[in-house]
Amino acid sequence: MAMLEVNHLSIQFGGLRAVDGFHINIEKGQLYGLIGPNGAGKTTVFNLLTGVYKPTEGIIRLDGQDITGKSTIEINKAGIARTFQNIRLFKEMSVLDNVKVGLHNHYQYSTLTGILRLPKYFKVEKEMNEKAMEILKVFDLDKEAEILAGNLPYGKQRKLEIARALATDPKLLLLDEPAAGMNPNETQELMDTIRFVQEHFHMTTLLIEHDMKLVGGICEKLTVLNFGQVLTEGETSEVLNDPTVITAYLGE
Amino acid sequence: MKKNMNKTTRSNFITYGIVIVLFAVVQILSSTGNLSRLLTGLLVPLCVYTIAAISLNLVVGFSGELSLGHAGFMCVGAYSSALFSHLAADALPPVPRFILAILIGAAVAGVFGILIGIPVLRLRGDYLAIVTLAFGEIIKNLINILYVGADKNGIHAATTSSGLELAAGGKKIMKGALGISGTATLYKEIKPYFFLIGVLLVLLTLFIVQNLVHSRSGRAVMSTRDNRIAAESVGINVTKYKLLAFTVSAALAGVAGVLYAHNISMLKVSVFDYNMSILILVYVVLGGIGNLRGSMIAAIILYALPELLRGFANYRMLIYAIVLIVMMLFNWAPAARTWRSRIAEKIRGGKTKKEAA
Amino acid sequence: MSFISYLKDGISLGSIYAIIALGYTMVYGIAKMLNFAHGDVIMVGAFVILTAVTRGGMGPVPAVILSVVVCTVLGVVIEKVAYRPLRKASSNLAVLITAIGVSYLLQNLALLIFGADAKSFVTVIDVPSVTLFGGQLVIKGITIVTIVVSVVIMVALTWFVRKTKPGRAMQAVSEDRDAAQLMGVNVNATISLTFAIGSGLAAIAGLLLCSAYPTLTPYTGAMPGIKAFVAAVFGGIGSIPGAMVGGILLGIIEIFGKAYISSQVADAIVFAVLIVVLLVKPTGLFGKNIQEKV
Repeated sequence: MAMLEVNHLSIQFGGLRAVDGFHINIEKGQLYGLIGPNGAGKTTVFNLLTGVYKPTEGIIRLDGQDITGKSTIEINKAGIARTFQNIRLFKEMSVLDNVKVGLHNHYQYSTLTGILRLPKYFKVEKEMNEKAMEILKVFDLDKEAEILAGNLPYGKQRKLEIARALATDPKLLLLDEPAAGMNPNETQELMDTIRFVQEHFHMTTLLIEHDMKLVGGICEKLTVLNFGQVLTEGETSEVLNDPTVITAYLGE
Repeated sequence: MKKNMNKTTRSNFITYGIVIVLFAVVQILSSTGNLSRLLTGLLVPLCVYTIAAISLNLVVGFSGELSLGHAGFMCVGAYSSALFSHLAADALPPVPRFILAILIGAAVAGVFGILIGIPVLRLRGDYLAIVTLAFGEIIKNLINILYVGADKNGIHAATTSSGLELAAGGKKIMKGALGISGTATLYKEIKPYFFLIGVLLVLLTLFIVQNLVHSRSGRAVMSTRDNRIAAESVGINVTKYKLLAFTVSAALAGVAGVLYAHNISMLKVSVFDYNMSILILVYVVLGGIGNLRGSMIAAIILYALPELLRGFANYRMLIYAIVLIVMMLFNWAPAARTWRSRIAEKIRGGKTKKEAA
Repeated sequence: MSFISYLKDGISLGSIYAIIALGYTMVYGIAKMLNFAHGDVIMVGAFVILTAVTRGGMGPVPAVILSVVVCTVLGVVIEKVAYRPLRKASSNLAVLITAIGVSYLLQNLALLIFGADAKSFVTVIDVPSVTLFGGQLVIKGITIVTIVVSVVIMVALTWFVRKTKPGRAMQAVSEDRDAAQLMGVNVNATISLTFAIGSGLAAIAGLLLCSAYPTLTPYTGAMPGIKAFVAAVFGGIGSIPGAMVGGILLGIIEIFGKAYISSQVADAIVFAVLIVVLLVKPTGLFGKNIQEKV
């Protein structure tokens, strides 16, 4: 069964149809790429999938469940987590706390338990710390756990965003240009991390990327978006050799 | 991560320690007769403003919303608890009565926090600030025309004094702009311990706010401050946690109000205007946004400063204003910050050189 | 007829709020800060006129000109000394608190110089009243002057911002300060000019306020300042027509509230209306709705 199934997804801003009849079908465990020239509407698709924008029409199914028109919070609870193109960390909080915010809905104790420091507080906090450190280790961020997130170097900030998203235990991970601003070494390292996450967490991932090397290196399938519409879709190697795709990228 | 727990716990205990040491110093000064009457009179108000500043910091520093209506919540706490104290004056001995008064003041202010927070927290930034100011002023205006009395038939409320229609033997408690008088005399027995009670309430406030901030809910509150959109993307209910911080803050402001109301002979609504809210905000910003210990110290110094400058008569508020401006510039201006770090480096540099030599 | 009479009083008071609100809104739009001391500049302006006339023996016109000059200079100096160093501070609360400090400073300077007791303001504007409907409606000269002056200011300011080079520089700085700087706009000069205009208007507002309500204390400016700030938010802060409409509506609501409901809760009514408006339209009547880009 498909993990993500989207049909006829459209949104209109004033007179502009930023996304028009978008469709995608991602199988469980797939690493899927969404590419396209600047302004094609890729991030808008992410915003529609995560409930930041409400679609004008269309249907979104996650693991068989209809999540169309739900709020960002409900969609996260249903199992979609994301990162942002312009990094959005909790900058004044520690790296560890950033991940613990991601764990928020999976570890429960009441506000009063926290204030009164009841035994349950210590027990659950300990579990949360262990889980958070386990995730941070995957991203090689465990040494920086106490640092304020805003003080991390750029590449590590991008990684922390992925770690925080994973902490919500999603079924589907959306990565918005994870390699933006990274040097080739960092990009290579990131590719390895994404592959590791895919296997280790049995994740399904949809990623937006400009870096063709990264896309070609790790994505199994691709959808190409142009002017808000699906230009083509299919196996990575086929799509990347498609003349219409090359035209869309390079112009006539 | 174990270390992390220890670090915050240690920092919390240092803060409690400062409060206790200050209390001890005051007690020693007082018992050796070295505390002037003026200073003695300042002690309880100092606790009031410290509680108010710490609780406001929860909203401003940790949930990242600018509130200019904190005095309104203090006002609600003050009036509801004073009213209760008068009504229960004959029914309960002073100690349980005062404990109940504190709980009632906190609860009523907390309920107002929820009622006002629900609409207000939909707004952002400066709009939120002006609406909290507006709510504070509305509360002040309405209490200003409220008359409450009690007789054998029960409690009466009206908007004029004569509207109360009290039976013979009934007493007026809230008298509009004249407020509530004689609350302090209801507690003659425990009045000498008000400073101690105030210090305990400061510790309680610190306990609640510090523990809240370093808990699951507190992290959720801070995440909404740092990045609202990201917080929602990881499933944090932003409205819920902003409202939580706002409500707890309001309830604690209510506690400050209770202490205030029971310490003065005449409770008047006119003191709870936007200037008081602003005064408390000044403590928070000067002490460091999100820094609870700083709020406490700023409240103590800045509240005591104009009082201690009484010798300078008319110049005291002028000096206060200048000190405030200079401190803000010194603390916050980027140019001043670079200058300070350069100086600090020089001093440190000088030291290491000396050590090397 | 009493309704029309109240309406007239409301428009008159509202016009004064509008002039003060223009100062708030321009400074907010361009410097992105709430200048809490704005109300106190009004008070300074009124004291300058009073002193110039009663002690200096000046005529009304030179006194008003002096007041405008003093307030303009004061506004520019305040911005330069107290606000500019904090423009790039990490928290915009810093400059707000500093503005509060400046407000205290002005109030307490006035307290030292002029004392706390209320002074009665001199008659500077001497325009005869107009009687309408066979004596049923009397419009005071000051009311007419107030309304005319505020309309003239509004029109002039709109023209200035839209049509002149410095005005367009203001718009540019308001839209995007960094981009404006890169385009060669002198941001410091533009912000100074904004404070100069706002404070000059405050002097005129002081004149009109104290002519209509002729008592003057060091705290005279504070409450009208807050009300005008509410008016600016009400109309959509940053918007010139918003400040005008917000100010006048606020004046009308306040006078009607006093007349028909209760003078004690008139302020509560004003604030309640503000809350309702903001809940329905969270950026005020004329405010732009800016959504954060994700």
